[in-house]
Amino acid sequence: MSESSIAHVPHPNLPPPSNSIGAIGWVRHNLLSSPLNIALTLLAIWLLYLIIPPILRWAIIDATWSGDNREACHPGGACWVFIQVHFGQFMYGFYPDGQRWRVDLTALLLIFGAAPLFMHAVSNRLKVRLGLGLLVIYPVIAFFLLKGGSFGLPVVETSQWGGLLLTLVIAGVGMTAALPLGILLALGRRSRLPAIQTLCVTFIEFWRGVPLITVLFMSSVMLPLFLPAGMNFDKLLRALIGVTLFQSAYMAEVVRGGLQAIPKGQVEAAAALGLGYWKTMGLIVLPQALKLVIPGIVNTFIALFKDTSLVLIIGLFDLMNMVHNATTNPDWLGFSTEGYVFAAAVYWLFCFNMSHFSQKLEKRLHTGHKR
Amino acid sequence: MAEHAPAPVKPPFWNDPQVRAIAFQVIALVVTVAFGLYIFHNTQLNLRRLGIASGFDFLSSPSGFDIIQTLIPYSPTSNYGQVFWVALLNTLLVSALGIVLATLLGFIVGIARLSKNWLVAKLALIYIETFRNIPLLLQIFFWYFAVLRAVPAPRQSLSLGDAVFLNIRGLYMPAPQFQPGFGWVLVALAIAIGLVWWLKRWAWQRQMATGQAFPILRTSLALLLGLPLVVFWLAGSPLHWQLPELRGFNFQGGWVVIPEMASLLLALSVYTATFIAEIVRSGIQAVSHGQTEASLSLGLNSSLTLRLVVLPQALRVIIPPLTNQYLNLTKNSSLAAAIGYPDLVAAFAGTTLNQTGQAIECIAITMAVYLTISLLISLGMNWYNRRVALVER
Amino acid sequence: MNSLQTLTAAAALMLTGVAQAGTTLEAIKKNGFIKCGVSDGLPGFSYADEKGNYSGIDVDVCRAVAAAVFGDATKVKFTPLTAKERLTALQSGEIDVLSRNTTWTSSRDSAQGLNFTGITYYDGQGFLVNKKLGVKSAKDLDGATVCVQAGTTTELNLSDYFRSHKMKFTPITYDKSDESAKSLEAGRCDVLTSDQSQLYAQRIKLAKPDDYMVLPEVISKEPLGPVVRHGDDEWFDIVRWSLFVMVDAEELGITSKNVEEMKKSSNPDIKRMLGVEGDKGKDFGLANDWMATVIKQVGNYGEIFERNVGQGSPLQIKRGLNALWTQGGLQYAPPVR
Repeated sequence: MSESSIAHVPHPNLPPPSNSIGAIGWVRHNLLSSPLNIALTLLAIWLLYLIIPPILRWAIIDATWSGDNREACHPGGACWVFIQVHFGQFMYGFYPDGQRWRVDLTALLLIFGAAPLFMHAVSNRLKVRLGLGLLVIYPVIAFFLLKGGSFGLPVVETSQWGGLLLTLVIAGVGMTAALPLGILLALGRRSRLPAIQTLCVTFIEFWRGVPLITVLFMSSVMLPLFLPAGMNFDKLLRALIGVTLFQSAYMAEVVRGGLQAIPKGQVEAAAALGLGYWKTMGLIVLPQALKLVIPGIVNTFIALFKDTSLVLIIGLFDLMNMVHNATTNPDWLGFSTEGYVFAAAVYWLFCFNMSHFSQKLEKRLHTGHKR
Repeated sequence: MAEHAPAPVKPPFWNDPQVRAIAFQVIALVVTVAFGLYIFHNTQLNLRRLGIASGFDFLSSPSGFDIIQTLIPYSPTSNYGQVFWVALLNTLLVSALGIVLATLLGFIVGIARLSKNWLVAKLALIYIETFRNIPLLLQIFFWYFAVLRAVPAPRQSLSLGDAVFLNIRGLYMPAPQFQPGFGWVLVALAIAIGLVWWLKRWAWQRQMATGQAFPILRTSLALLLGLPLVVFWLAGSPLHWQLPELRGFNFQGGWVVIPEMASLLLALSVYTATFIAEIVRSGIQAVSHGQTEASLSLGLNSSLTLRLVVLPQALRVIIPPLTNQYLNLTKNSSLAAAIGYPDLVAAFAGTTLNQTGQAIECIAITMAVYLTISLLISLGMNWYNRRVALVER
Repeated sequence: MNSLQTLTAAAALMLTGVAQAGTTLEAIKKNGFIKCGVSDGLPGFSYADEKGNYSGIDVDVCRAVAAAVFGDATKVKFTPLTAKERLTALQSGEIDVLSRNTTWTSSRDSAQGLNFTGITYYDGQGFLVNKKLGVKSAKDLDGATVCVQAGTTTELNLSDYFRSHKMKFTPITYDKSDESAKSLEAGRCDVLTSDQSQLYAQRIKLAKPDDYMVLPEVISKEPLGPVVRHGDDEWFDIVRWSLFVMVDAEELGITSKNVEEMKKSSNPDIKRMLGVEGDKGKDFGLANDWMATVIKQVGNYGEIFERNVGQGSPLQIKRGLNALWTQGGLQYAPPVR
């Protein structure tokens, strides 16, 4: 090929018509592409016009942000003073003022302990160890920190725990205790031994078939009658038992999904290597299955987190009940909306972030199984 | 020469998988039964020690309290057994209405989520992300204590043509009162339904034979509405409307939707619809685009494509998780207890339990009801799954 | 698995009072405090402030029992209970004594395994209405919407009253009394019914208490008192007499302020009661001067009443039926002898 041959240079493409690109093109394409679409756009704008301005006016423009009693609030706007005054209660419940650092410390420990789990730089092996450590050791530390009674910390009765603290305690304990139980149940359900399978299926279907509220009623009203005379549990512990049993059934179904996704060849290969049942499960099947169902586990955790609000009905003072209680405070009547909006915002922040985390995780884990 | 392999040593019996399997199961059963007996024994002892009555005799003793909403005749002289039925029907009512509303809303939002209109799709997304991540109980409180408390008092009711009234006590609507002769209208309706069924079969056969379509939808509608209306007119309009009117403290007469039910219903359907919307979206997305293209290339128009190609396949994916949501909604309706709607948990596991002190019996009955409902639904689900399962080569 | 162990460890630590087949008193002495069930928020009877400090008549009754057993009125652990939980909490042993404006009825004594030890407050069911309605008597309430607490005797009395007067009503039942008050204020119901003492307590919780009035009718007898489990007579006696002592003390003119001087009194009744003479206190298996301790640390019945619900409180309830029998009321305690 000689260098002197004439290069064929095509005429550069014409730019697209100005009304099909840029902002105008986008609007035409996405909002006004057909008569129906135009109508829908107008409807949506009208809806937004109905909803947004009053909310903005109430929540921000006309709202009162500082003060220390109800007189400080302008009528017509939100009174965020209500939240400000009760904030400590919403977070800690009746936890004594001077001891609240213990709650903060417990939370900080969790945040710092769990942070490496979300870092890419940390190796997977370390993450697993850290995760297991958190699951096992952290609850013990948290329990002694919160309850006290040793290391010179004064005892804080569980009846004084409340607010977001109690919400997180119930959700956290329900989760960590339900996970091992759920795994066992899932294994039992997939077992080839008919008696064990029947027991597990019955257990799982029973707890999944009844509403959590009846479970809580049962744990608060019936459980005491099941125990021998003179033996009784703390009210919180009873609720925790109920929540754990309930949650473990849901967890079992999630884990079962993971177990079913593992090809049979894996089990057969393990058997060929001479591994027994527990080694097959513990070393081959479960590590793969659990990795698959992490998003599912996060999703049940979100559901549990929202469901903890039901303990209000058996008289535990979680975030929901603290807010509800504050709205009946005679000095602060008439601020239900502010209270509920605040509580909703807190729950929303937790759940939204968790669900996004789980979606991201799902995408990341999914790639590994594409062929 | 060839060495004989040593005769296989019989493993000790505790290593025999079959023996082990049996042993494990026996142990599991014994432990379960022992645990059950232990609890039963404790309960018996406790009940006797504390002198608490037990058994189901209380169901036939008079209740002595009133209930705000009863679908069957009930008065304080009725017994606890009737309280149970009243409460159960209230649960079923709110669940059934909730399922209808949530499905409607969920399908609309789910389809809106896939809309080509950016604004509509985003609005649907915001709706889903907001209401899905807030606890249901909080939403019930919000509707009940914040929204429905803002409507006016009975004397300042909002009214629609002096027939429908909205106030803090509820939404009052005219109640139909059937006069003698209305039975003929029902008969006419039954006949119309029969005719439509026959028509459908005939049209199908004709289309199979000749390829000619018959406007079945329009004809059926005309039959279903027209025939009963004509009979209604012939029978001399045997239907009166009882209008609600303000007497004393409250509106009397007519049908009323109490705010307890309204807020429960709103919260249940708004919350569940977010989940249904996501199910619908993923169901529709699960149908591969090739199906749509193939259908269009066969000459079907877009509405027929949706009806005959996309939806039947999407429904296969949608229905199982959808049923799960229906089950959840039914179980979640038990949150009625928090705002005083007399459902099974509030009126039976709550008030009755409290008045009789028979905690075990009341909770056991309540749990048994929910279990039965969920077992029935899962049986139905299994049947459906078997019916629609893809028959693969 | 390991978190399961954690849970069990936590369970063992949280287990309060594992007293196998012992008497209630032994268990209490071992624990070092009395577990007392109170209301979840009723000013004047039992109410926890923001710090979680309890006050009220029902609370003081428990304090009196603690003073009797330990000589220290602060050794009480209060458990707030909803109306639904209260009876099972006592039956199961979660609490030792229930002092939660609970009405003494025959079925609670018989079928539900409870024993009422006395009457702290003679109450009756009444109605609280908005003055704007112009209702002057409960007989005008035909067709009204009534808020009532679920699962209480009040709920039953309400139905009985309207039925016997051939009137109709719409019941709205809540689990918590706070919600009833909120609903009355919002206009969801026309009238709130409850024990009269509670009505006064509810009224001061409303934003504009002066807009509401308590109707004159009292439609039921509601004797409120502390409750213990069936079958432990020793404990029953202690709870019962902790209350009687306070009533007797008022009758004898002994107050928390003058109890030390009174020990020098020449009145044999007073001397017996304060443990100066005889050993009436020891008969209960307690310190001989426990009655004096109760009065000193908690006060006599009159003091408790005035401090919590009477003139010394925002409720401003008159003694009425709860005056001593010598002053035209019903409070009458057996003598210490």
